[in-house]
Amino acid sequence: MSAREEILRRVRSATADVNVSDPALDVPVHWRYGQPLSTPDVLADLVEKVEDYKATVVRVSDAEVGAAIVTALRGLDAASVVLPDGLPDEWADAVLDGGLAVHRDDPELSHAELNVIDAVVTTSAVAMADSGTIALDHGPGQGRRALTLLPDRHICVVRADQIVSDVPEGIARLAPALRARRPVTWLSGGSATSDIELSRVEGVHGPRRLWVILVDA
Amino acid sequence: MLSPGTRVALFATCINDTMKPSIPIATVKLLERLGCTVVYPSKQTCCGQIMTNTGYYKDAVPTVRNYVDSFGEFDYIVGPSGSCVGSVREQHAMLARWAKDAPLEEAATAVSGRTYELTEFLVDVLGVTDVGAYFPHRVTYHPTCHSMRITKVGDRPMQLLKAVRGIDLVDLPMADQCCGFGGTFSVKNPDVSIAMASDKARHVRSTDAEYLVAGDQACLMNIGGVLHRQRSGIKTIHLAEILASTEEEVWVA
Amino acid sequence: MSPTRERLTPEPPSWLGIPPFPEAVKEALGKAEQRKNLRHATGTIRAKRVARADEVDNWEELRTAAAQIKDRVGRHLDDYLVQAEKAMTDAGVTVHWARDGKEANRIVADIAKAKGVDEVVKIKSMATQEIDLNEALEAEGIAAWETDLAELIVQLGHDLPSHILVPAIHRNRSEVREIFRTEMGTYGTPAPAGVSDNPEELTAAARTHLRDKFLRSKMAVSGGNFIIADTGTLVIVESEGNGRMCLTLPETLVSVVGIEKLLPTIEDLEVFLKLLPRSSTGERMNPYTSFWTGVTPGDGPQDLHVILLDNGRTNVLSDPVGRAALRCIRCSACLNICPVYERVGGHAYGSMYPGPIGAILGPQLRGLEEERDRALPYASTLCGACNDVCPVRIPFTDILVHLRHKVAEYKSSKHPTVEGGIMKGAGWVMSDGKHLASVQVASRAAGKLYRGKWIGPMPVPLAGRWLQARDVEAPPTETFREWWKKNREGGQK
Repeated sequence: MSAREEILRRVRSATADVNVSDPALDVPVHWRYGQPLSTPDVLADLVEKVEDYKATVVRVSDAEVGAAIVTALRGLDAASVVLPDGLPDEWADAVLDGGLAVHRDDPELSHAELNVIDAVVTTSAVAMADSGTIALDHGPGQGRRALTLLPDRHICVVRADQIVSDVPEGIARLAPALRARRPVTWLSGGSATSDIELSRVEGVHGPRRLWVILVDA
Repeated sequence: MLSPGTRVALFATCINDTMKPSIPIATVKLLERLGCTVVYPSKQTCCGQIMTNTGYYKDAVPTVRNYVDSFGEFDYIVGPSGSCVGSVREQHAMLARWAKDAPLEEAATAVSGRTYELTEFLVDVLGVTDVGAYFPHRVTYHPTCHSMRITKVGDRPMQLLKAVRGIDLVDLPMADQCCGFGGTFSVKNPDVSIAMASDKARHVRSTDAEYLVAGDQACLMNIGGVLHRQRSGIKTIHLAEILASTEEEVWVA
Repeated sequence: MSPTRERLTPEPPSWLGIPPFPEAVKEALGKAEQRKNLRHATGTIRAKRVARADEVDNWEELRTAAAQIKDRVGRHLDDYLVQAEKAMTDAGVTVHWARDGKEANRIVADIAKAKGVDEVVKIKSMATQEIDLNEALEAEGIAAWETDLAELIVQLGHDLPSHILVPAIHRNRSEVREIFRTEMGTYGTPAPAGVSDNPEELTAAARTHLRDKFLRSKMAVSGGNFIIADTGTLVIVESEGNGRMCLTLPETLVSVVGIEKLLPTIEDLEVFLKLLPRSSTGERMNPYTSFWTGVTPGDGPQDLHVILLDNGRTNVLSDPVGRAALRCIRCSACLNICPVYERVGGHAYGSMYPGPIGAILGPQLRGLEEERDRALPYASTLCGACNDVCPVRIPFTDILVHLRHKVAEYKSSKHPTVEGGIMKGAGWVMSDGKHLASVQVASRAAGKLYRGKWIGPMPVPLAGRWLQARDVEAPPTETFREWWKKNREGGQK
C-alpha cells in the first residue's frame, strides 16, 4: 500500500465515529466572515499601528508622492534604489532627478546584485489598519518577492482606497489574487526578532527599515 | 431571594470533614444565620477527584453514585470548595458516561446542576454580598485555580470579603498563579510542587497579611504547610470562616 | 560515507538521555540562571499576550470559530487531504506522503541528492524537529542550517530547543554572546571581534552570518503554518525574514507539513491570522506572512515539494477526546502561562513539544510504551490556565485527565501497582459515608496523639514527599460528621 493510501486509510479508520458526511453540517462554524471593524478613522488607525512597529509613516497628496519618495530615500541614507516595473513614470523621474543610482529589474537582477542595492520602492495591494499590516500581491509596481527582501530599506506607497479596517476585509480583498495563485506577502513593520530575552530588535533579515507613504484620497 | 427556611444540603467534602471540620461548621453557622435550614446527608463522602484526576475512573464511579444518592432529593447543594464543586459539575457526568451508565449520567447531570460553591450560593441564590461578618485582621486572598477556572466563581469571593467589617484586604501578587498543590501532583512531582508552593508563600509573605484566605482547604493546606515550616506566623483561613465571623463571635483560626 | 567523517553541523545532544519528568525536573529546578531567564521571558510575553487579546472585542468568538474550523478539518480530514493534494498538484507542487519521520526524512534527502546539493537552509519548523530531519540529513552528508535566530542559538550551542516559539528562551544575552563568539566562525562567517551582549549587536551578527548561506543555498526546507485545502496555498508566519529568504531565494523548496495543518478555505485565514500572532508573540501581527500557491514563473523557487506527514497524527485523531490536541496552531501561549513550565523549562519534558501541549500531544503521538511518555500527563497541576489562553480552545485539563486514565489502564493491564491499590482503597472508602467514618477513626487517633500540634518532616513513603517542605496541622480529634451528630441532630442548636 502506498503511503498516501495508508495514511488515508488510517484517517478514515480514526474518524469512523463521524457519521455526518457534509463537513459544514457536521461542524457548523459560528462566524460571520469579512466583518469590518467600526474604527472611526481607519487611516489614523493604520498610521498609529504601523508606527508602533517603529516604521516611518508620512501622509501626502497624490501630487507629492514623487518628492516624498526622494525625501524617504534621503532620510534612509539610500544611494541606490531598485524600481520595479509598473511604478508611475513620474515617481521614477523624481527619483532620477534626485540623483540616486536607479536600477530596474529588466533584465532580471541577480540576488547578489539585489543584495547590494540600498533600497526598493513599491506600491501595495491592501493595507489592514487594525494590525498595521500592508499586503503585497507582487503585481505591477510591487516586483517579484526578492525585490522587497534583499535591499535593506523598503519604501512602500499605500493609497487611501487600499486601506481596510481589519484582517477579515483584507483577506476578502486578497482572495482573488490568492485564488489566481499569485504569491502574497504581508508586512507588519520591518523584520524583527524577540528571540533574545524576549526583547524586540527591529531589523533582522528582511529590510531593516520600512517607510510608508500614505497617499490621502 | 429565597424564602426563609429554605432547605440547603451541605456538601462538607471529605478533606474538610476529616481534616478541617471548622470549615463546614462555619458554613453551617453562616447559612443558618442567613435563614437557611441546613441538612447534612451523612451518606456523603467526596467528589472523587483524587481518583478521577489520577486516572482511576473505575474507583471514582462509586463516589458519583454515592453523591447522587446523598444529594438527589435536594434543590440546593452547597459546598465550601471551588475544587470539589468543580469536580462534581465538570466530571461526574463524564464518569457516568465512561461507565456506560445512562441513568446515572442523567442523575449526575441533574444533581450537579443544583450544586453550588458557597460564594455562588450566597451571591446568586441568596442575593447577599454583605453577610454581616466582622473580621478585624489584615487578609490576602488567593483565588485558587479550580474556583477561578473550573467552577468560575469570578469576583464573588471578593464582593463578599469587601463587605466584611474591620477587614484590611490586601492584594496578593501573582494571585492567579497556581500554588502547586494539584492533588496527586504534589506527591508525583514533589519538586515542582514545592517550587511553586514556596513562590506562593513568598508572595503571601510580601503582603504582610496575618491571614491567607481561600475557598479551597487543599490549597490552604499546601501553602499553609510552607508558611508554617517557615515559621512565617501567617495563618490560613477559609472564606467560610471569615464570613461566619461576627462581632459577637470573632472566628479564631 | 565514512563513519569517521567529521560532522558538517554542530552536534546536538539527544532527547533520549533525558529521564522521565519527575526526575528531569530536579536538575532543571536547580539551574538558577535558567529559572531567572524563564521567569523574565514568560512574564514578559504573558503580559503582552493579554494586552493584545484584550484589544479584540470578539476574541472569544474568534476562539470558538477557530476551534470549530479545526474540528471540521479533523473530522473530515480524508476529504480535505485529497482536496489539498489536488489543488497543490494543479498548481505545480509535487506532493509526497510520509507515514512517519523516517519516510519523510528519506524523501527530503532524496530530493537534495537529486538536486546535487550538500546543504539546505531551514525555516524554523516543529514538524522537522519532530522527525529529527537535521540529523538524518547530516548522516547523508547534507548540512541543514537553521536560520531562525533562536534556532541558530540552539544549533550553534549544541543544545536542544526548550520552547515552541522561542527555542532559546532558556538562554540569556551573555550566554548567546558566548555561543556566537566561540561557534559561529567554525560554521561560516564569524561574529565580529568584540561583539557585545547587546541583543541588537547579536542580531546583526546573526544577519551577517546567515546572509552568505541564504545567497548560496540552492534548497530550503520549511514547515507550514497552514495549507488551504481549497486552493493549495501554503502560509508561513514569521518575524525575522529568514522565512522569506528561504521561501524566495533557493531554487527548490521542500515543505514538511503535518496532515492536521489544513484549513478549508482562504477565508478561514482571517480567523487564524487574528488569533495566532496575538496569542503567540503578543503582537497585533507578526512582521512577515508569506502565502504561495504553487510555482510562480520568474518568482521564487521553481521546484516545490510538500510532504504531508502523519507520524502519529492519525493515532491522535483516533481518540475522540484526545483529538482536540490536533487543533493546535503551535502558538505556545499554553507554555508561557504554565506555572510548571515557567519553573522547569522545556527540556524536562523530554521532547520538542514541551509544556501543556507537549504533555497532551507527545504521549498521543508516540504512545504510552515509554515511561517518559506515561509521566507527561501528570506533569500538570490541572490549574487550567492553559485552557483559558488557548486560541483554539483545546480543553487541556480534560485531555490530561483522559490520558491519565489511559496511563492507569495501561499500568494496571501490566501488573498490580501500589498506586492502583491506594486508589482502589480510596474508591471503597469514598463509596459510602459509613466507610469514610470508619477510617476517620484513624485520623482522630492521630489527632489525639498530636493534639493541636503540627507534623513536621517524617521519612514515610508518599507523605514524606509532602512533608519535606511543608508542615501539616494535626487532624482534629472530632470530625465534622461527629460535630454534626452532637450539635445538630436531635434538633439542638
